[in-house]
Amino acid sequence: MMHLACPWCGVRDEPEFVCGGTTHIARPAPDASDHEWGEYLFFRDNPKGLHHERWRHAYGCGQWFNVARDTVTHEVFSVYGIGESAP
Amino acid sequence: MSPRRLPPPAGTRLDRTRSVSFAFNGRKYSGFRGDTLASALFANGVKLVGRSFKLHRPRGIYSCGIEEPSGLVDIGAGGRRTPNVRASVVEIYEGLVAESVNCWPSVGFDLGALNSWFSAALPAGFYYKTFKWPGWRLFEPTIRRMAGLGRASRERDPDRYEEIAESVDVLVVGGGIAGLAAAISAAEGGARVMLLTSAPVLGGALGCRSDPQVLTLIAKSQNLGIRILTRTMAFGVYDHNLVCARQLVDGDARTPSQAGGALRERLWKIRARSVIAATGAFERPMVFPDNDRPGVMLAGAAEKYAHAYGVACGSRVVIAANSDRAYSIGSTLREFGVEVAAIVDCRAGSQVRVDRQACGEIVIANNAVIASVSGTHAVQGCSVASAGGSNGKIRHYDCDLILSAGGYAPAVHLHSQAGGKLRWHDEAAMFVPDGLASAIVSVGACAGVFSREHALNHAFSVGAALARGTPVPEAPVGGAGRSLVNTHVPRKGAKQFIDLQNDVTADDVALAARENYRSIEHLKRYTTTGMGTDQGKTSNINALVLMGEQIGRAPPAVGTTKFRPPFAPVTMGVFAGRRIGALYRPLKRLPAQSWHEARGAVFEEYGGWWRPAAYPMPGESLEAAALREATGTRKNAGIFDATPLGKLEIFGPDAGHFLDLMYVGTPSTLAIGQARYGLLLNENGIVVDDGIVARLGEQHFWVNTTSGGVERTAAAFEEWLQCEFVGLKVAVTPVTSRWANITIAGPHAWDWLAEAGFDPALAPHRMKHMNVMASQYEGVPLRVLRASFSGELAYEVNAPVNRVRSLFDRLWALASRFNAVPYGIEALQTLRIEKGYIHIGTDTDGTTLPGDIGFGRSIDHKGANFVGRRSLSRPAAQDPNRLQLVALAPADGRTLLPVGGQIAQARPPTPTEGHVTSSVMSAALGRPIALAMLARGSKRTGERVRVHHLGKSVEADVVTAPFFDPQGLRLRG
Repeated sequence: MMHLACPWCGVRDEPEFVCGGTTHIARPAPDASDHEWGEYLFFRDNPKGLHHERWRHAYGCGQWFNVARDTVTHEVFSVYGIGESAP
Repeated sequence: MSPRRLPPPAGTRLDRTRSVSFAFNGRKYSGFRGDTLASALFANGVKLVGRSFKLHRPRGIYSCGIEEPSGLVDIGAGGRRTPNVRASVVEIYEGLVAESVNCWPSVGFDLGALNSWFSAALPAGFYYKTFKWPGWRLFEPTIRRMAGLGRASRERDPDRYEEIAESVDVLVVGGGIAGLAAAISAAEGGARVMLLTSAPVLGGALGCRSDPQVLTLIAKSQNLGIRILTRTMAFGVYDHNLVCARQLVDGDARTPSQAGGALRERLWKIRARSVIAATGAFERPMVFPDNDRPGVMLAGAAEKYAHAYGVACGSRVVIAANSDRAYSIGSTLREFGVEVAAIVDCRAGSQVRVDRQACGEIVIANNAVIASVSGTHAVQGCSVASAGGSNGKIRHYDCDLILSAGGYAPAVHLHSQAGGKLRWHDEAAMFVPDGLASAIVSVGACAGVFSREHALNHAFSVGAALARGTPVPEAPVGGAGRSLVNTHVPRKGAKQFIDLQNDVTADDVALAARENYRSIEHLKRYTTTGMGTDQGKTSNINALVLMGEQIGRAPPAVGTTKFRPPFAPVTMGVFAGRRIGALYRPLKRLPAQSWHEARGAVFEEYGGWWRPAAYPMPGESLEAAALREATGTRKNAGIFDATPLGKLEIFGPDAGHFLDLMYVGTPSTLAIGQARYGLLLNENGIVVDDGIVARLGEQHFWVNTTSGGVERTAAAFEEWLQCEFVGLKVAVTPVTSRWANITIAGPHAWDWLAEAGFDPALAPHRMKHMNVMASQYEGVPLRVLRASFSGELAYEVNAPVNRVRSLFDRLWALASRFNAVPYGIEALQTLRIEKGYIHIGTDTDGTTLPGDIGFGRSIDHKGANFVGRRSLSRPAAQDPNRLQLVALAPADGRTLLPVGGQIAQARPPTPTEGHVTSSVMSAALGRPIALAMLARGSKRTGERVRVHHLGKSVEADVVTAPFFDPQGLRLRG
């Protein structure tokens, strides 16, 4: 059970949050090919190590934010705004 | 005092002034307060305690702690029965009832012992090779019944369990000399310290013999503000330094006569900046033939029983040794009056670093091992031979106790759970922590530090360093003397046990190696070594050493299996805590619940809400009530509580544009006061929710969702706004719990509301269908929406939750004038199916697209790139063979079509063409009707199909929906 730092509320236990998977994924334009649309819907990388993902403080302030986390050790490298780019 | 009891100062954990009586296998015994069941049984001369898992061999107590593999008992009765309790850990209390496991009819005479005769046919993994013909299924139930040890209760546990969270600077796990030293210095350094010990008292191994240095440390620890929890076992390390521990609330509370509700155990969830593991070391057993007989024990255990519990485990003992410890234990036992016949040391004399003179006349044999053990229900003697093999003299010794001092196995579990590495310390043949594991530091024996002075100094400096935040010194590993890696001598005939609990022998490990298993994880699962409730605490090291010998690898190359929590078995109740019964899944209740109860409602759970299914008259069945309510609503008027319907308020200059992006439909074109039905899709194009979208103002929308989908929908809206459409100025506010919804439906719906005094501006000829208006009633603010799920003229009167109960009363007072009825969910299902209205999740599933339920055309005209739009132009979405919503009627006009019934022309097995989704007896039509998803359904009206279900089939016709009032005249009012 991780201990995550919500940028607004501070450090809280993992069950207060909902993970939104890999972040920095742009929604393709309406004229995207079937292949491009399929990649967006169904395919994600599964890195062993550094992963950029988004989390929502669902049982707190309800805000989304980005996290850079090591998927093996769970070390959190940084927490940054949902609109910001990876540090 | 029984002849096996030792006089004080032995028995440091006993209170000899308090006698406790208990029962074991139906016989009454007595012991002292502070005794464990094991020590009390020893004191009473009971040696035979249980039968082993597979071979049903007689077993006794093997250890003095949590690592006990053989002495398992079931304790208690009824809802308080706990299976597989270690006799060496449970403290006796007045009235304790314990019985042996895995034996019938008794532990002394067990029919299961027949298994021993067939042991050759039951090696490790026998079930992969045998019991195959004529079929495994024939044998499986019997074999499964024979597996397992204790018996669990089938009754409800009447006691309570709690959960508590704590946050500290330094958490010390282990209350022995090293743990105490580290905790004291951390506290003196200003840290907030918590110390856990699974024992009932502080002090650890040295504390049992009233070591003066330890007693001083204990006294010092009481005055520094350290939070000390006894009987609290840390069982796991989790992410970001969360340590979970199980605390046993004091034993006095567990007397069986007490009525339920006593607090029994607590789960501690402790977040610590740093964790100090001071968990000590287990003892490695020696491997020799018949090393599982009652009377064969760990050497340190016999010493602890003498010091802490004042009991001698035997009168004449032989010690099998691979460690210098055997000698000090031999001396200690002699001082207590136990005769030590011999120390059988497998090492050469040069490897022993003990002053021989101190041992007096104890016979010492070097390069020697135990070759055989005599006695089956209890040890009677043993023979000793040269370690080199079969040549050489054999000496016999009479004895009733054989102790095993095979070396040390540091308890590295917490370190390893946290991802820490291990390294092999060759001199003492043990694994020790290699470096640190995230923020876990090991001190004392579990770090491989066996010199008292080194351990104390290291622990003091670790505690101080952690309090200050400075780097932690490395552990000075050593002081354990020399132990050989492998003591096993292969012998034909008698079994040499590696894992006592699962009856895994040295031959089984050799079998695994012969069958080419190489990974230690495969060895574990193939032989089941280490897979019992003791999790291999006395077997893992011997297993991997023996495996290494077989495949030619040193222990570090064989490695250990993965360490996972829990460290030792933990009661289920502790994890459930208070989340049981009504709190397991709390239901949402209607604000006007008491009004429904007064009307005789029968409640059921719908989507997490507790709602009236129907309001049966006395003697009326639920189905009959639903029919009567549906008929009454269509004929006169009905009143329904629709409060669970999801409600969201959407505000902002971009609200309309935002809803265009969320919905199939164009909410932005709604005029103020207008409402429209809309579908919500996910990005895969699948229909996930539906509801009515209404416009209350220029920048203000009122959105209804399904009662089960409002949280999901609100979360989805937030996600789109915060993560994708970040430039839009929109606020989404869920208000389901603020607004209650009374729905009045039927031909007299408006007459009823008018009679009650509602604003005439709401009359049907003035407020059209699918319109919404803010209104008020006697000062109560309302939002009134003309919408209908029943197909009748209907008003959804939204009122603040704190006023709805009185509103129900006001309306109900006039009900009789209109022959109005309350109607529940079951009646509503009848009404909506008659109109062909879908229910998301019932008539649709995870594959349903808008076009499948008749909303294909509205999409082409839409401008916005709404959620899911792109998915609707994929080839699969255009496939004409897709399942489409149809209406069905049974051909015989009588048979209720089964929900889930598969539609196909031929008899099964055959590919299905669809399935029935909703089915009900129509009140209005007097015959059964149904909705279904059918391939190419929209083109098959008039066709006759077959519906198959559980071996039967029914013929049905594809008809048009709605079944009732197809023009929708009734809802225009």
